[in-house]
Amino acid sequence: MALSVQTLFFAAYRDLLGTSTLDVELPEGASVSDLVVTLRARGAPFDALPEEPAVAVNRSYAPMGRSLAEGDEVAFIPPVAGG
Amino acid sequence: MIHSRIVRNPIAPSEVLARVGHPEDGAVLLFLGVVRDHADGRSVTGMRYECYEEMAEEVLAEIAGEAALRLGTDRLAVVHRVGELAIGETSVAIAVSSPHRGEGYDASRFVIEEIKKRLPVWKHEHYADGASAWVEGTVPPGTGGA
Repeated sequence: MALSVQTLFFAAYRDLLGTSTLDVELPEGASVSDLVVTLRARGAPFDALPEEPAVAVNRSYAPMGRSLAEGDEVAFIPPVAGG
Repeated sequence: MIHSRIVRNPIAPSEVLARVGHPEDGAVLLFLGVVRDHADGRSVTGMRYECYEEMAEEVLAEIAGEAALRLGTDRLAVVHRVGELAIGETSVAIAVSSPHRGEGYDASRFVIEEIKKRLPVWKHEHYADGASAWVEGTVPPGTGGA
């Protein structure tokens, strides 16, 4: 069994990867951490993503250990600078 | 009524201010964050704000709700602008009113500090020499290695 998540990249991460969204297949039971490892394993430029980036799952901040489910929206959030 | 919104058009501070106030309230505060012309010794000519819009709306509403608990009233309005902004333009406006000033200052300060900690917004600075760069930000709590 596999699951598919939609990743979103903003600001500096989007510039780094040259894309703002990507669908990623992961094994059942995968966590945010597994997603990051999978992406970084693609090599350049993905390996320039931090090992422990801030992410939001379905628009809520989530820790690296958070389990992912089919159809989740996982946003990679560069350090924020509002105001 | 608590009001929070991400907008693309210029912010009219008087409209944000008009959302608060009540016969019971003796303190009304308006805070404006505006684009300044320098950063770390470099001359800045403008700024582009980007956001994760759906999430930013939710987080801003959450911050406003938490601030209202400190304020003790629901008379709080916060508007954050995104897009291309010129020097002197308002990027954020926060209006609050409460019976006494202490709660107002506390709540207003809370809103701007929490925006800086956790609102998914980024700014790209344009410099006088033609260069531009993403402004170094803050890692939101409860994420990654934080």
